[in-house]
Amino acid sequence: MSTATSAGTSARTAGSTRWTASGMLLPFGAFYVMFLLGPLLYTAVAGFFNDSLVKDGPGKWVGTANYAEALGSPEFWSSLGHTLWFTVLTTVPLMLLALTLALMTDRFSRGKWFFRLAFFAPFMLPSSVIALLFMWIYADQIGLAQGVVKWFGVQAAPSWLGDPNWAMISIAVATIWWTIGFNFVIYLAALQEIPRDVHEAAAIDGAGPWQRIRLVIVPMLGRATTLVAVLQLVASLKVFDQIYMMTNGGPDDATRPSLLYIFQTGFTDGRAGYASTVALLLFLIILLISLVWFALIRRTEKEV
Amino acid sequence: MGSLTAAGALGGCSSPVGQAFTGSAGPASLLNFWHPFTGGDGAQLVTMQSGFRKSSPDVELKSTTLVWGSPYYTKLTLATLGNRPPQVAITHVSRLPTLAASGLLREISSSELDEHGLKPDRFAKGAFESAHHGGKLYALPLDTHPFVLYYRTDVAKKAGLLDDKGQLTDVDGPDKFLDAMRAAKEVTGVWGGSIATVKDPATCWRLFWSLYRQLGADLVTDGGRKVVMDVGAAEEALAFIRRMSAEKLIPPGADGDGGAITLLTSGKAGFLMDGEWQLLAVQGAVKDKFDMRTFPRIFRDAPYACAADSHAFILPKAPSEKAQRADHALDFSRSMLEASLDWAKGGHIPAWQPTAKSDAYQRLLPQAHYADAAEGAAYDPAAWYSGADSNLYRRFSDVVASVVGGHTRPGPGATRMLAAAKDLAGMEAPV
Repeated sequence: MSTATSAGTSARTAGSTRWTASGMLLPFGAFYVMFLLGPLLYTAVAGFFNDSLVKDGPGKWVGTANYAEALGSPEFWSSLGHTLWFTVLTTVPLMLLALTLALMTDRFSRGKWFFRLAFFAPFMLPSSVIALLFMWIYADQIGLAQGVVKWFGVQAAPSWLGDPNWAMISIAVATIWWTIGFNFVIYLAALQEIPRDVHEAAAIDGAGPWQRIRLVIVPMLGRATTLVAVLQLVASLKVFDQIYMMTNGGPDDATRPSLLYIFQTGFTDGRAGYASTVALLLFLIILLISLVWFALIRRTEKEV
Repeated sequence: MGSLTAAGALGGCSSPVGQAFTGSAGPASLLNFWHPFTGGDGAQLVTMQSGFRKSSPDVELKSTTLVWGSPYYTKLTLATLGNRPPQVAITHVSRLPTLAASGLLREISSSELDEHGLKPDRFAKGAFESAHHGGKLYALPLDTHPFVLYYRTDVAKKAGLLDDKGQLTDVDGPDKFLDAMRAAKEVTGVWGGSIATVKDPATCWRLFWSLYRQLGADLVTDGGRKVVMDVGAAEEALAFIRRMSAEKLIPPGADGDGGAITLLTSGKAGFLMDGEWQLLAVQGAVKDKFDMRTFPRIFRDAPYACAADSHAFILPKAPSEKAQRADHALDFSRSMLEASLDWAKGGHIPAWQPTAKSDAYQRLLPQAHYADAAEGAAYDPAAWYSGADSNLYRRFSDVVASVVGGHTRPGPGATRMLAAAKDLAGMEAPV
């Protein structure tokens, strides 16, 4: 009798737990469907029509013409190239620099809060503030950066945002300064989780500071590195706001990433169908790159 | 979601949130007005609106400022498509072809014009013509805003460029204009003139279009589907632009975010080529030590031309007459046109002839010194990819900026422009 009762209770508990879990997921699920799956589906469908921003309805059915136009368009490929170039310019320094700064900060036993605040503070600023700040720094003829290099004896200071060869580098530098705090905080937290005994054991075994960093600490940061690498890669591939505000893709389209290309064809030209096609292609490309990257990083983590 | 609906219900239909959800037309007294005016223009507009509020206490004017540029037109378009348009809005007439061809605007009939005292002859001719599409009137122009020439009177005086009335002597023709800038450069010791070519596609376009139109050349026809560009004229215009920077009279790159203006206001340049709407900014910095005139006539192949556009009132098409409230919108437009003198204080040339011909405007300086520019107004070519902050601006201006910086020679630059125009014209149009 008593066994039966307890069995019944536990069955009821298990059942209600199952429903509680689903119930708690429901609001998120609804938003997920409404704002992610729904629009994604719409994007996929719109790409087969000559959908227009200035007219009602999906427009004329064009089949795969938009795909043919995108894949055959030098603008599509050049913007993708700029996206990848920006990703390389930012992801590598953002990981290495963040790690270096975190290692240095971790060595302070007192006043650590100051460095944590100093490196993280820019990350709290909105992208519009960063864009304005750096537009003044980089401004031609009147900007701080041109003044500084002239002070160092450079006769013809580069036009930081006006020269196609410099513009992307300038934007990347601004982005690194702005976003490094996030990776820095993750690395610092991971560093603090390494038990003191490990450091002591390594020291007793006769490892010098450089050996300890290379052979003990960095390998133990594997999980943090995976996280930082994947988040940073995706963030860099999705770059838009600071470029939109600082150069709007210029000069000569030298800084136009794929997202801005989508924005310009979709919103400035009003060609929503074509923009949808490019958006879907970019989605697939980012997905693919992320999966490959994730697999690569995971493998190095396991090897350690 | 629930709370938003509740708020809509509580606030009634007059709250914008409530209207957005219910799609109701709102109370008959409500007049929504959208515009992209900030800074000096925004301040003048507030004055003009307060006049309307006083004279029409029964109308509840709700004025919304949105960010200038293509995002403004995207919002206007989507709001109209979604049956929630403002009753009246500002557009650049260069954007009118796309808006009108997509059926987003309500036509304004001649009987309505009569009724509201808005007879065609009360508008500047060029501006009024530009407010038409396919022979029908879709907008009421408020102004003409041309590309003009600013100059420092103190620099010009030292350079011996002023006549006995204190105005700039003849700077028309390619060599005379360059000579004038050369003389100014000797005084400033830095640059002769200045123009924003970095991060400023609009200014680059205006410089090119002014020169190109002075050569009498056309760009596209048939709503932008056919390219009739004169590559020779484009090369000639670009060659002149390159001469200015190659002879080091203008910087190879001046910043669009205030850099070009600062060169003038700080005395590092004697001339500035820019739109007249920078008037308040320049005035604020150098007080009365500057003057303005029409952009010089560099080429004589065609009637005088300078790139220009017009702000105009439009009536976005509403789902019902009740929501349209065209009478209110036209009353409001009329009231704003009559307050054009305030608008002119911000630099714009009034399209409203009673104001443009008034003594008060003709005494307004330096505004009166470039009022003639309205007659040479060269509007943008009509195409779905052209107009204020369009992709045509971007594509052409890239070439202009590159030529100024010395990265592209005029010949290949003109060829690139032709390729860009053909590329745009060949695309599947959204209208």
